[in-house]
This record gives sequence, structure tokens and C-alpha cells, in this order.
Amino acid sequence: MKKRVLGILLGTVLAFGMLSGCGGSNETEEQPAAEETAEEATEEAADTEEAEDTQQTETTEEGEEKGQLMMATTTSTADTGLLDYLAPIFLEDTGYELLWDAVGTGEALKMGENGDVDVVLVHAKASEEEFVANGYGVERFPVMYNDFIVVGPSEPIAATEDIQAVFSQILEEQLPFVSRGDDSGTDKKEKQIWEALSLDPTGNPNYLESGQGMGATLTMSDEKQAYCLTDRGTYLKMKKDADVALNLDIVCEGDSNLLNQYGVIAVNPEKYPEVDNEAANAFIEWICSDEIQKLIGEYGVEEYGEALFVPNAGTDA
Amino acid sequence: MLKTIINEIFSDVGVYDAIRVTFQMALTSTFISTVLGIISGLALERFSFPGKRLVIRINRTLMGVPPVVVGLIVYMLTMRRGPLGSLELLFTVKGMILAQTIIITPIICGMVYTYGNKTAPEVRTFAKTMGAGRLQTNLLILKEMKHEIYFAIVSGFGRSISEVGAVMLVGGNIKGHTRTMTTAISLLKSQGIFTEGLTLGVLLLIMAFLLQCLADFFRKESKEYENY
Repeated sequence: MKKRVLGILLGTVLAFGMLSGCGGSNETEEQPAAEETAEEATEEAADTEEAEDTQQTETTEEGEEKGQLMMATTTSTADTGLLDYLAPIFLEDTGYELLWDAVGTGEALKMGENGDVDVVLVHAKASEEEFVANGYGVERFPVMYNDFIVVGPSEPIAATEDIQAVFSQILEEQLPFVSRGDDSGTDKKEKQIWEALSLDPTGNPNYLESGQGMGATLTMSDEKQAYCLTDRGTYLKMKKDADVALNLDIVCEGDSNLLNQYGVIAVNPEKYPEVDNEAANAFIEWICSDEIQKLIGEYGVEEYGEALFVPNAGTDA
Repeated sequence: MLKTIINEIFSDVGVYDAIRVTFQMALTSTFISTVLGIISGLALERFSFPGKRLVIRINRTLMGVPPVVVGLIVYMLTMRRGPLGSLELLFTVKGMILAQTIIITPIICGMVYTYGNKTAPEVRTFAKTMGAGRLQTNLLILKEMKHEIYFAIVSGFGRSISEVGAVMLVGGNIKGHTRTMTTAISLLKSQGIFTEGLTLGVLLLIMAFLLQCLADFFRKESKEYENY
């Protein structure tokens, strides 16, 4: 009797394994690049955007919900509370309910590649351009930027603008440093900076990879009194809101290496007809509009004393 | 050798060390929980005291305690400014073992108590008539329940090896130090590398299977006395 039950259990597990295995391979096979169609799609998208406009005003007046927009984004936009702030305004302006899954940039783009979401809002320009070039996204629009900072104990590193000095000192004195190590936008940025400075952080035995989000990595740095590269928004919010206040200071800010550009991309409806392209375009147009750009630029000033994001839609960043 | 092969198959997330940490943690925490669980389970069966029913209910509830809650509690205890901060257990394998022991001990204790309830009174009467001492009686009870206890240990080990919430919080998923197979899978998923995550999951199952076979092999001798 026991054996039979075990057999059934094992069978179920195996069946599930096979099912998910098949699903995985199918997805990876579908990879024809549809670069030509991308342009057409943009034109179509532009058309629908106009149609959307007229519809929007109608439904807003009636106060109806048009549906849900599923977005994959990075932990930083969610952790800073920006999306919580913008979502109700988006619902009011366009009638779409904004839902989001906040993950690392790598995973967010993967969700777009799999057609699981309608739109992605991430910050890793090279990967974003590749995403569009491979036909998964329609077009990339710059939205805003924030900057990274290096935080940690104020001894032995004194606050400076020079990232080269800070990173060199960390490496030479083998100071503890916690890296995200999760291939997220922030993690990629950190690796790029080490590389740009021709430094190899892995030679430092106190260089740790947390493999977790920004918030968890910051608390770990705090616990270990280690240095850490973070986006300013998450740091400010954690510093203010965390139960156990972060005991970390800004030791480096303002270096040109530390800027972080966000882009928004609609998932290509040519590739995944089931995505809600109308909603995605409504979102892109909305977040790039002057009014919302102004709101983004003001977000956080009241609460944290400084803006968390600098809007720059319409530029070529 | 094995290390290079494994690290070549998977992305650079430190899979070899993750496997080592997983088994180091799961075996240690299961061992400690087995000792604590058997002692407390048998004691719970043996002695009556006011509030016993409540204790049993609490034990049953803890058998299904969400690991992430245990993780949070252990985190708060062991963090630098927490009550156990000076022990420096946070982000170490020791801290993970502590959290897992808290998760697994109630499972083994509850199972030993339940099986003991069925078996122990009879054995005890028998042992008494044979004039056995207290230690002998307890050993006899354990011997009578060895299959059930084995099952309890396997359940505990299964929980330990598959757990991700508590070890993520307490261990911190630090590459090469506290990253386990489950937190590595979670990380691979967060990077969008699903196939490798699945492969690692299957590897985890295969290893658990082999460990079962090994355990069965050692049980075989005693099995011959039984009528299956």
C-alpha cells in the first residue's frame, strides 16, 4: 500500500517535470527575429495610441475600468514607492489598472521575451536595445534616470566624488563589499564600473554576492558594515522607513559612471498577439507626457528631501 | 574535478558550493532535530501534566509553521542589534541550521509522539513484566518504532532540503558561503535562467533519492527480521 502511494506520488512529480520541461524547450525554440515587423508595429501602435486618446476621455468621464496592464519592472521602481504613487493616477487618467511584478532587469526582460507581460520598465540600455532588436519589444523610450551611490561605513573611506578612488581603496584594503550578484540592472552597472576602472573585485576575499534584491542587499551590508553600490531611491527609502535604521553613509556620489537610465518598452504584439498593446501604448504615452514627467521629478522631494528620479523622456538617453 | 564539471554546466552562481552547503546544512539540522524531536516526543507521550493538550496542539500547529516566519524571527534574533547579535550567526551556515532546527524539530516530535501513543503503552507493560529498567524500556520503545522514526527523519530531512524561505532570510544567499541549492534555484529564476534552475531542481531530487537508497541499504539488515 505504502509503495503504491509512493509510486503515484513519484509519477505525478515526473509528469510535472516532463510537462514543464517541454514547455521550456518550446519557448526557447520560438526565436525568429522580427526586426522588420517591429517598425510596422510601431506605426500601428502610433495609430492605436491616437484612437486610445479619444477613448480615454470617454471612459474616464464614465469612470469605467478598461482592464489591466501587466508590467514587468525592476525592484527599484517598486521599492521606492514610485509605482504605488503613479498607479492610481494612471487608473484615473486612462482607465487601466496597473499591475506589476518587480524583479531584476534580467528577469523582467525575460518575462517580456516570454510574452507574460504587456510592457517592461527597466534600466539596462544595452539589454533593452537587444530586446527590441530581437523583435520582442516594439520600441524603447527613455523615461527617467536616477543615480547610483556607494554607501557604507564612513571609516575608512571618506566621502568623495571619485568612484575610482573608492573602488580602488576597497580592493586594496580588502574592505567588505556586498554585491547584488543577481544579474539585475544594478548588478550589471556595478560590474561595468569595476570593468571600466580595470579592477577585478573577485580578488577581494571580502567581496560577497548576495543574489538578492536591493533592499535585502542593503540590510546585509548594514549587518556586515560593508560597502555596497545602490540606487539612491532605495537607499533613501530604506534609511527612512526600515524598522532598524540603516547605519550606512553615502561615501561616493556624483561620478558620471553612476548614472542610471530607465527605459520603457511595449512587448511586441506581432510576436505575442495576446498582449494588451493598446494598454501598453497608453502607458508609454502617459508616462512620457509632460504632466507625469513633472510628477516623477517631484516624487520624493517632500518625503525624503530630494527627488528620487530625474525625468528625461523625449531625450535620446 | 567534480567541481569544475558542475561549474561548467551551470551559470556562474556557485552551484558546487551550493550543493555542499545544502547537504552540510540539511544533514546537521536533521541530526539535531532528530535527537531533540525523539526526546521531546517520547517525553510528551510518557508524562501527563496540566496543559498537555494545549502543548500538543501547539506542536501540531508548529509542524506546519511557515519557514519564512521562522526565518524572520531568527533574523531578528541574530542581527547585529538583536539579542543574539554578539554570536554572529546571521549570514552563516550555523544560523541557517538554527532556523531549520526550529522548523524540523516539531515535525519529528509530533510524529514520534503520535506513533509513540500507539506503540509505547503496550511495550511499557511488556517491559515492566520482564523487569526492564527505564533506559532499557525506552530503547525497546525506540526499537519497536524504528520504521516510524525513520519515516519521521525522512520527512524532516525532506523539509530541510527543500526549504527556501528561512535559509534565504537567515543565510542571505551569499555565493560560496550560504547559498543553497534552493536559493540558487530562486536566484537562477530571478535571472530568467529557467532551464538551469529546473536542472538543479532535478539534481536535488536525484541526490535526495540516492540518499534514500543509502538509508535503505543500512536498514536492510534489520529488515530481515520483519515480515513484510
